[in-house]
Amino acid sequence: MIDEKDVEYVAWLARLELSEEEKERFTRQLGQVLEHAEKIKSLPTADVEPTSHVVPLKNVMREDEVMPGLSQEEALSNAPRREGGYFLVPRII
Amino acid sequence: MIRRREVSALEVFRAVRDRIEEVERKVNSYITLTLEAAEEAARAADDRLAAGEDPGVAAGIPLAVKDVLCTKGIRTTCGSRILENYVPVYDATVVSRLKRAGMTMMGKANMDEFAMGSSTENSAFGPTRNPWDLGRVPGGSSGGSAAAVAAGEAIWALGSDTGGSIRQPASFCGLVGLKPTYGLVSRYGLVAFASSLDQVGPITRNVRDCALLLALIAGHDPRDSTSLNVEPSDYLAALDGGVRGMRIGVPRELVQEGLTPGVRKAMERSLEIFQELGAEVEETTLPHLDYALSAYYIIAPAEASSNLARYDGVRYGLRVEGKDMLEMYGKTRAKGFGAEVKRRIMLGTYALSAGYYEAYYGQAQKIRTLIVEDFRRAFQRYDVLVSPTSPTPAFALGEKVEDPLAMYLSDVCTIPVNLAGIPAISMPCGLEDGLPVGLQIMGRVLEETTLLRVASALEVAIGFRERPKAGRGVG
Repeated sequence: MIDEKDVEYVAWLARLELSEEEKERFTRQLGQVLEHAEKIKSLPTADVEPTSHVVPLKNVMREDEVMPGLSQEEALSNAPRREGGYFLVPRII
Repeated sequence: MIRRREVSALEVFRAVRDRIEEVERKVNSYITLTLEAAEEAARAADDRLAAGEDPGVAAGIPLAVKDVLCTKGIRTTCGSRILENYVPVYDATVVSRLKRAGMTMMGKANMDEFAMGSSTENSAFGPTRNPWDLGRVPGGSSGGSAAAVAAGEAIWALGSDTGGSIRQPASFCGLVGLKPTYGLVSRYGLVAFASSLDQVGPITRNVRDCALLLALIAGHDPRDSTSLNVEPSDYLAALDGGVRGMRIGVPRELVQEGLTPGVRKAMERSLEIFQELGAEVEETTLPHLDYALSAYYIIAPAEASSNLARYDGVRYGLRVEGKDMLEMYGKTRAKGFGAEVKRRIMLGTYALSAGYYEAYYGQAQKIRTLIVEDFRRAFQRYDVLVSPTSPTPAFALGEKVEDPLAMYLSDVCTIPVNLAGIPAISMPCGLEDGLPVGLQIMGRVLEETTLLRVASALEVAIGFRERPKAGRGVG
């Protein structure tokens, strides 16, 4: 069953900072949901193909034509921080 | 009536606006109101009518649009702090279609954050209340859309449905709600939750309006690669067919424990009506539906954890600064997402992580195949399948907030439909202790016409005319 270490690891993978109280609460609640999900493991499915999508889809292509898109100003209009026509982020290297 | 000029679009707008001013403080159907633009749209519709032009099918009809659909220049929050100030630079395809049809958008409807929830209590902008009983939830996640229509704060509404988010609130609020076949309605501009399950659809007061609104939004969209390349049917023409000679199946897996006596009674009454109208009704079995809820709560969170990775504080939405990128991501997402969204991201991340992938996600996808096959087999024999929409009528605010599993069980009858990609409609079919009960009618892929036909027959026979207290006086 899922424990607090798992919850910390999963939160790290998902880039979520959790408070101590959240760690405790999510460990309990995720445990309950996963316990319910255990049910699916009991069904034999060795010969069953997985379904990721119900509509039979092929790649959808179109002609490689220039179409109107967003302007730089539009694309940046919701940026929390920007500079000189770019998205601004904390220093990486 | 507007098109016949018995009433002007502006008069309709004003009546609904007055209603909003009267009840919105209590009900909280909307996150953002757009009344000025709505008034302008109503005037424009009247002008076109006066000039003898066709103003469009939706001309002057006040609409509530769930805040999960992008609206150009109008903030689109998805019920989340992380998108509190997000102003889209484009319209969702369904929104631009309705604009062309002349709609009057009254505002953006409240919802569970990122459409995750069954009560609209997970909204960062406060819960919506059920107009039938302000101490109860309107359902969710499209609770704002349903409450707006029930309270007379809109005539039509758009919702989205990933596991029941149109049908369950329609059921809780005494309305008609349709989840179309996966791919029938474009999802371009719909903020993604679980991409293999999401669909946009109508919430209305009656079946005829449902057919009209569906006709306006259905159809292929080259901007949505999952959109089906089919001609939509004539939904309005389908209404009068009746049910004589139809075969109706009742999957016993969906009428098990947990049904309240009133829900059971209302459903049984509906089945009697179908028989009186000349349909054949029998119990049937779709054995794998017992596994649907468990499979859904692996698949939907898995897709959500991937879709919601985009909220990183860089290109749009909230940002909380940190000393480096990782800290910025962690703090932004910690502050921006509410508890249920975090739970689902964690659940999905866990189910997709190394060592658990096959046992959870892989297995859930195989169960999905078995569910699809169960439905396919059932539809060889039956024209439609019916069940309650939800096992209970609207529950009290706060009742299930801290018990995610109890909340999830509210969608036990609606979830299999999304997993199979088929269409389903929820119809008001009675009251329990003064609260509406919904009947779910499920059909074959792209047979919305059959659903509307059965729903219309039930509507006429039952004559459900009750209106909520908070919604009285508008019609």
